[in-house]
Amino acid sequence: MGNWIYEKLLPMLEYLPYVLLFGVLAALLITLIVTLVRYRQGKPVRRSARDTLWGYFFIMPWMVGICIFFLGGVANSLLYSFYNLKLDSGLQLTPLTGVDEAGNTVYTPLANYVSVFNKELNFPVTLGNFAVSLVLQLPIIIAFSLIIALMLNGKIKGRGVFRTIFFLPVIIATGPVMSQLTAQGVSSVPMVNQNTMAVILADFPEFISQPIMDLFSQLILILWNSGIQILIFLAGLQKVPTAMYEAAKIDGASGWETFWKITLPSLRSMILLNSIYTVVTLATNSTNPIIDLIYNATYAVTKGYSYGAAMTWLYTLVVAILLLITFLIVREKKEKKSKDVFRQDMEGRARAAQSKKLSKMMGRRKTA
Amino acid sequence: MSENEALQKAKRKEIRKERFKKRMLGSADRRGLLMSIVIYVLLITIAFIYLYPVLYMFSRSLMNRSDLLDSSAKWLPSAITWKNYEDAILTLDYWNSLWKNLVLALIPTVCQVFICSMVGYGFARYKFPLKNFWMAVLVLAFLLPPQVTSLPNYLTFSRLKLADGTVKPFLITALLGQGFKSVLCVLIFFNFHRQTPQSLVEAAEIDGAGHFKAYWRIAVPLCTAAIVVVTLFSFVWYWNETTLVREYLGYGHTRAKGLTTLMIELQKFEDSYNTAFDARASSVTSTNKINDAIRMAGTMLAIAPLLVLYFVLQKQFVESVDRAGITGE
Repeated sequence: MGNWIYEKLLPMLEYLPYVLLFGVLAALLITLIVTLVRYRQGKPVRRSARDTLWGYFFIMPWMVGICIFFLGGVANSLLYSFYNLKLDSGLQLTPLTGVDEAGNTVYTPLANYVSVFNKELNFPVTLGNFAVSLVLQLPIIIAFSLIIALMLNGKIKGRGVFRTIFFLPVIIATGPVMSQLTAQGVSSVPMVNQNTMAVILADFPEFISQPIMDLFSQLILILWNSGIQILIFLAGLQKVPTAMYEAAKIDGASGWETFWKITLPSLRSMILLNSIYTVVTLATNSTNPIIDLIYNATYAVTKGYSYGAAMTWLYTLVVAILLLITFLIVREKKEKKSKDVFRQDMEGRARAAQSKKLSKMMGRRKTA
Repeated sequence: MSENEALQKAKRKEIRKERFKKRMLGSADRRGLLMSIVIYVLLITIAFIYLYPVLYMFSRSLMNRSDLLDSSAKWLPSAITWKNYEDAILTLDYWNSLWKNLVLALIPTVCQVFICSMVGYGFARYKFPLKNFWMAVLVLAFLLPPQVTSLPNYLTFSRLKLADGTVKPFLITALLGQGFKSVLCVLIFFNFHRQTPQSLVEAAEIDGAGHFKAYWRIAVPLCTAAIVVVTLFSFVWYWNETTLVREYLGYGHTRAKGLTTLMIELQKFEDSYNTAFDARASSVTSTNKINDAIRMAGTMLAIAPLLVLYFVLQKQFVESVDRAGITGE
């Protein structure tokens, strides 16, 4: 029974996205025919049917694409990791088998995953390093891009020029260019002396000092990675209602207080978005050593596609955990929000100020 | 009398002091001078850090061999040498590669912008069954590393004999809304079309425009800001991607046989250089060895079209960013 499931049924998973796709397409076709018939009979076309048809009309190409390339790809790579992929027999999936203590042949669906841990000694180490450097880089990128966005949002001369410079890395900071630059040693800030850092950090244990050293030697790369984050924060800052700032100013709040009580809470969802975006880009960056490791394993003669797929899924699991942790730390805390009396007060005042302004304008119009 | 005068003098002094303090530290309405200085110093420092690698790259690329070894000539070359660029152009087969790269980046970008705008509009405007499911798939596609799907897709392409060094796989994926980072493009358009007032579109429909016409004539012109951002981003992503591009082109293909991109050529710069120059002047190999200046020249050449594009579109881009709301709350 178990053999039948593993040998025959599970590989069918490959077709699941297509079943979904054709199911939706068939349902749409039926809806279309029914609607057309009703239309011919002179009956009014229901709004829901019309919206369904037009909505699917607009997302149709994407839906087909995502079923084939994304869902199909996910199903396939998941299958590859539990089977042995033979290239010579037309991409046939063959079950993984092993021999137990009694000498019987048994199925070992997890063999690829086990061999990743046995063969790839670098893998756990690289993963650990990646996680540590992510934890160190994430707050720096977020804080840095927030500061830049705040400065760019204020009234400064030459705003356009500064913006142009700060968005530049979005355009050119990429794999090959970056690796050329790192090879030149341009990635570290020229003024920060490496030796001083080494002396300062000498007393710390190596697992702490090494990532910090790496951090400083790659400071420019990290700052270069925060272009999009600056963009997101800038767009978020523009959405904070100016009336809130005015109300706070009338109440005598200083700039410092305004930042903590109004700007930062308003940017909360942006911080979450930025954190997730940062984790995702850092994880899928082509300069990431794990990606290299996976590619090398995938195209190595002794390891192969199934092995590479198993590695990819292990990596995905780690990234998912990191994402979850980020989400839990940064997300909006509902119960805390209601307790924030100051902010509520400010919002109330802002509303009052606005309505006062409005009524003033109306009054002026009346007299005129 | 004199007592009074002295008092007034003291008062005036006090006022002057107060005014000076205010100017330096700022008041509720105005930023103080000190704060301004801090902000500008910070901005200029960071701007320098951002520009430093590019400037370094540029000045290095103009140096000759002796400047590279001379530690006193760290910043400015003693004489401007364009020879590095000539060598790099020869190594990259620049004009040929540039043309191929433009084909490879422009066509999918146009398709991607068109399709993603439609998908974003569909999601933003209509309610339909399974909509939440498709939205969840969209977000999942953003979160999962592309490496998960790239291998099966490569196998699919090579099985269908599509990975043959032409633009076909790029075109197919872009037309089906699965181009490079298309999820982000869809999200940008989704967010933007959501802000378009429904009443405008409905008014057009009452006036007799069909659903597609309402989209094409009303919604598209209203989202030009988003179009600028997405076009620039897509072009940049297509230009800069290497691993996926190599899979789509098929591993057996070189620039002699099929399309190529400058970034891929840059990755194998050293090998190409050695084959290009060792064959020609094998007797003087010592002076012909590759150096940093030539490498930097090659890198500059590879990003030059992006820089040109960015500085042309820079004004629209910076303005669009304000309005595009690339933030998907």
